[in-house]
Amino acid sequence: MSALRTSVWVALLAAATLLAGCERPPVDTVQRGYRGTGMELVYNPRTAVTVAQANQAPPVTEPASGDAGPKAKDIYRNVPLLGHLGVAEFTRYMAAITEWVAPEQGCNYCHDPANMGDDSKYTKVIARRMIEMTQHINVGWKPHVAETGVTCYTCHRGKAVPLQVWYKAPPQDLKSNFIGDRFGQNAPMKMVGLSSLTYDPYSLFLLGDATIGIGAATALPTGHVASILQTEHTYGLMMHMSDGLGVNCTYCHNTRNFKSWEGSPPQRTTAWHGIRMARELNNDYLEPLTKSFPPNRLGPLGDVAKVNCATCHQGVYKPLFGAQMAKNYPALMVSASTQVKATDGLPPPMAAATRSVLYFGVGSSALEGEQAKGLTQLIATLSAQPVAKASISGYHSASGELAANQELAKNRAVKVRDAIVAAGIAPARVMLDKPLQAEANLSGEDPAARRVEVTVK
Amino acid sequence: MADYQNLFTQVQAIGPSNLGVPLGEGHSPRTGTDLPQVHLFGRLGMPQIGPVYLGPLGIASIIFGVASFNIIGFNMLAQVNWDIVQFVRQLFWLSLEPPAPEYGLSLPPLNQGGWWLMAGGFLTVSILLWWVRMYTRARALGMGTHVAWAFAAAIWLFLVLGFIRPVLMGSWSEAVPFGIFPHLDWTAAFSIRYGNLFYNPFHALSIAFLYGATLLFAMHGATILAVSRFGGERELEQIADRGTASERAALFWRWTMGFNATTESIHRWAWWFAVLCPLTGGIGILLTGTVVDNWFLWAVKHGVAPPYPLVFPPAVDPATLLQGVKP
Repeated sequence: MSALRTSVWVALLAAATLLAGCERPPVDTVQRGYRGTGMELVYNPRTAVTVAQANQAPPVTEPASGDAGPKAKDIYRNVPLLGHLGVAEFTRYMAAITEWVAPEQGCNYCHDPANMGDDSKYTKVIARRMIEMTQHINVGWKPHVAETGVTCYTCHRGKAVPLQVWYKAPPQDLKSNFIGDRFGQNAPMKMVGLSSLTYDPYSLFLLGDATIGIGAATALPTGHVASILQTEHTYGLMMHMSDGLGVNCTYCHNTRNFKSWEGSPPQRTTAWHGIRMARELNNDYLEPLTKSFPPNRLGPLGDVAKVNCATCHQGVYKPLFGAQMAKNYPALMVSASTQVKATDGLPPPMAAATRSVLYFGVGSSALEGEQAKGLTQLIATLSAQPVAKASISGYHSASGELAANQELAKNRAVKVRDAIVAAGIAPARVMLDKPLQAEANLSGEDPAARRVEVTVK
Repeated sequence: MADYQNLFTQVQAIGPSNLGVPLGEGHSPRTGTDLPQVHLFGRLGMPQIGPVYLGPLGIASIIFGVASFNIIGFNMLAQVNWDIVQFVRQLFWLSLEPPAPEYGLSLPPLNQGGWWLMAGGFLTVSILLWWVRMYTRARALGMGTHVAWAFAAAIWLFLVLGFIRPVLMGSWSEAVPFGIFPHLDWTAAFSIRYGNLFYNPFHALSIAFLYGATLLFAMHGATILAVSRFGGERELEQIADRGTASERAALFWRWTMGFNATTESIHRWAWWFAVLCPLTGGIGILLTGTVVDNWFLWAVKHGVAPPYPLVFPPAVDPATLLQGVKP
């Protein structure tokens, strides 16, 4: 009998050990799709309390003081980004940024107290670039951050280095490469939700632009190839998003077919832009700063700390539960590029024998100045080859209202077509064409994205 | 009187070793006649251990099986730098992975999938040899070969997953890794890649047979235990000479559902349900990727997946929207 009792205890202990990694029930489920389709969000009310406490926005200590008084740029040296503010307002920004990023270290974390305008501390150089990045996010990535926007605090939370950043995973030391290749996966890693999936999905998707969509668009095979390994990579990224946002798959996807956009919650579109945003920030803002950081701030492979979804979200579906922090700091909601003239910074038009690219101003479908000459040259090319056909595709930049942008891109293409036809080229030789790639126009208010491409064949 | 009423049998028949039926000509005689009897085994089944028949097939099968097991185990151990503690801690995550997609069906270097091919090959040889052994041992005893064919059904699914489908897809990388969590992640990824296996009708059939087999087993097991007080567990005797145990069991099911299987046919039912589970499952896996690329769209096309009212505003892939003009 005692043997039986012992074995019962052993069995209970084993069961308790196996279940130790699980959260205790009950959990709350919230239905958000049509009944019976399993569109449910699952929350653990006990962890939700902890997460809620850890993600509160700090109170605004000082109200905005307006643009009264002299401008900061007239009082201080070397204030290119915020110098247009009144000096009191400027000081308010500096105090807030200190509180957000280096509350313990204070002003001297970035500034040389003997010469506040000096750029000798690396932290100051980085901080300026990060302010630019914040402005760029708030202006250029409205499809992701909407009008809520971000501030330094969204990521930093009172820490000089945001808590959740990533570095490239060092490759496994294969020694003589005889046995034991892990294939970059099969390790219990927090970043992929303790699954056995690849432990560096970020290098693939948030730095590189590996294909994320792995599902087939047709019922029967039509040559679409995505291996199970690729699928597991995407799956790893999705596990990170799920973990980073504290949501399950159905927050963005419909339960019936993850690939299908039909029936997907609108959050999927927001997340889609978020992936592109993280990728752009890593490539355009963070990677170029690698040399500015001291070695102790770099990862094991000497790479700079980079962002992923968790950097801002920190386990919450909207960072800080969507607190409207940025609206108290309007200078973070505009970027230098919106203050310049619409046609400034346009690349020169390209007019080669088989391909022309013409650029447009912000919100404009008219070709001005230099760009109009590119059109003239294109018409000359077409006139010289009586059988050549022109295929026209219009593009827009990523900032602004999507529907309006699409209309704009279409108008740009139509304008170019009309101009060509008006110059005497047969309408049958000119057609509008749906562009095939989208990467170039995903980077906010990028002048190179506002264009029309014409292929002559 | 002691009787069979618990999971752990309370009575154990202890006596001289039971060596079974005499074997015909051409069979080597058994070695050892005084076989060990273990009380704990007796609580679950027969207390007697052996006689075991290995023979050349069994020995060859074990050699290949152990080789495969060791290749997998040592690869896992090497992955954690030969650290036993980490090996135990990470065991559920560790895996021997098939070659990467770029190798297709070619022979990869040993550490980039070659070990996987070798382990899979050895395991296949081991299992096939074990199958032949099951067949010949049943024949040697003058039995039918039902067990061997049921085992063959499981081997079919194993071969589809690890060999037949990867060959048809032209890539070893399509096969399943040898690892506990990794093979589960493979399963989930497989379903996601091919548009939700839930809509694969053969997957559905396989599940029906899986649950059906467990249901039949529960019904049959419960029935026999319930009439064991009338000698119902002596099923074969009841087939030949129907006693009150069978009468009562049959009447019970006719009372409760109007129909009953016979003491013999219930075993055919259970056998077919069990065998059809991997058979249909294997067909479902085999069709995935080779014949059907997205099971959800397939189910929509054939009216299997019903349309539901839209709850959210229509979402469209931004990759197609951002491109701009569509004439």
